[in-house]
Amino acid sequence: MNRVIALEVRSRDRRKPIRLVSSIALYTAVGLFVLLTLAPVLWLLLSSISSTNDLTNIPLRWLPNTWDFSRFTRLLDPNGQGREFVAALKNSLIVAVGATIISLLVAIPAAYSFSRFRGAQSQLLFVVLGTYMMPPVALVLPLYSILASVGLLNNVWGLLLVYCTILSPFTTWLLKTNFDTIPLEIEESAQLDGLSRWGVLYRITVPLALPGLSTAAVWALLLAWDEFFYALIFTSNINTKTIPVAIADFAAGRAVDYGLICAAGALAALPPVLIGFALQRGLMSGLTSGSVKG
Amino acid sequence: MTQQTDKKTAWWMLAPLLLIVLGAIGYPLIRTLLLSFTNARLTGYSDPIQFVWLENYWQAITNSAFRESAGRTTYFVLVNIGLELLLGVLVALLLNQAFRGRAIVRALLIIPLALPTVVSAIMWRWIYNPEFGVLNALLTQLGLLGQYRSYLGEPDLAMNMIILADVWKNYPIVALVALSALQLIPKELFEAAAMDGASAWTRFWRITLPSIIPALTVVIVLRTIEAVKVFDIIFVMTKGGPASSTRTLSFEVYQEAFSSLKAGSGAAYSYLVVLISAVLIFLYIWLLRRQERQ
Repeated sequence: MNRVIALEVRSRDRRKPIRLVSSIALYTAVGLFVLLTLAPVLWLLLSSISSTNDLTNIPLRWLPNTWDFSRFTRLLDPNGQGREFVAALKNSLIVAVGATIISLLVAIPAAYSFSRFRGAQSQLLFVVLGTYMMPPVALVLPLYSILASVGLLNNVWGLLLVYCTILSPFTTWLLKTNFDTIPLEIEESAQLDGLSRWGVLYRITVPLALPGLSTAAVWALLLAWDEFFYALIFTSNINTKTIPVAIADFAAGRAVDYGLICAAGALAALPPVLIGFALQRGLMSGLTSGSVKG
Repeated sequence: MTQQTDKKTAWWMLAPLLLIVLGAIGYPLIRTLLLSFTNARLTGYSDPIQFVWLENYWQAITNSAFRESAGRTTYFVLVNIGLELLLGVLVALLLNQAFRGRAIVRALLIIPLALPTVVSAIMWRWIYNPEFGVLNALLTQLGLLGQYRSYLGEPDLAMNMIILADVWKNYPIVALVALSALQLIPKELFEAAAMDGASAWTRFWRITLPSIIPALTVVIVLRTIEAVKVFDIIFVMTKGGPASSTRTLSFEVYQEAFSSLKAGSGAAYSYLVVLISAVLIFLYIWLLRRQERQ
């Protein structure tokens, strides 16, 4: 008798506990996701401001006894210990910004051409995309001797030019999918008013595509800031090494100061992560439209 | 505005990009191919360069070190991509649910993506550190691990730990693409299926998965192309060690050409990587074009 009643009660309220259980499960999963995404980065930040004593304590102290913010000021002091790091920041900035600007100048007309003109040349889009995906190991030896023969080996401008070969096909691809979404009618009426194709591109299409252009620019900057292989091979001194190479050098050194490496990593990660976070909406749509819609 | 001038404009707009692609990617690719048939050395301009034709390729194929690195690359790619696919889909499904703070939680996916690869590598190396690493401390304090382990120091373990670090950094791209594909599925489809009594499991296999598979295929092939080239994370985390257990193909090429200075056989090695990449790139482009037509 009792059991029957109990069963009835359970079946009447069945949905409620299930909803509770599933929402607990949902929030647990979300919490786990947040933890796994953030914990490694937070540990890097925490390590960068923990004193060396705390870092090398066994058993490990989760929160340091002494905070040490001095690594950041040391790293950013161009006259002292930070000489190499500041120089690398400067080199990375020149290479990333310069290569991004040149690549966009090349990619804007190319993307417009791919987007608006049908014909034999439009088939080249996939050739461009394919060559850009070639592994750098297959290009590095000839590029090395070309750079050496024109005196641009171990030179910031040489590296900048090499990066244009990666960034310009990539930004062309991103911009092409973006230009495809801009309606033709405005362009056509402008053409009837006597504007040339180049005029249409720079007076009409580019202003309309500004959000897409900024997305492409940010992706190009992130890509250039991140590049390691070419930078490792083509640069060898303080005047040319970029941030990734400088950090790899730091980490490979004999006298390892883990806190200092973490601080250098945190500083190097700050610009791309901040930019990525600020522009995440545009970045995601720019990126996924390329894969989802093709 | 004749057809003729349009055609000319189309080519002029493409010209700078084509110049870059042909000059800085096409030409080096051919030079590398020629180089791979010679016994050239990186610094040996004084020795006469001789054509040895396929000897370098034969040497590569019969060289057990090269074959082993090909095997390790295959392992890296398969496990890596498998985990990225699994995790990417799971996280996309999770972030597609309704929960509080969803926008900000979704935005977290951008952090691993924006973090420079080298920074991610030093971060994980520090987490894995055998003496002071947080992973050992965490697992020991949770009682899951009896004794500290050297994650990057044991040949059986090192590659797997690198894969985990690489998956953490790169799976968000799979998740983002899957998420945006999920959002395109019309809700009515699920409602109708639920009305017809289809279980959540059935709905997943019959509606969700088939709807996101086209986008997933594209991003997975893209990630495979990237994974085949893996270099930077390995260079920073283990330099190919311990006991060569993390030497992948790109690393082998780098060593052959820039440490042993054998440009000829290095080029041959790299061309074998090109062959693998070319197959994948063709697959990628074929998929993209098929989607574009639909």
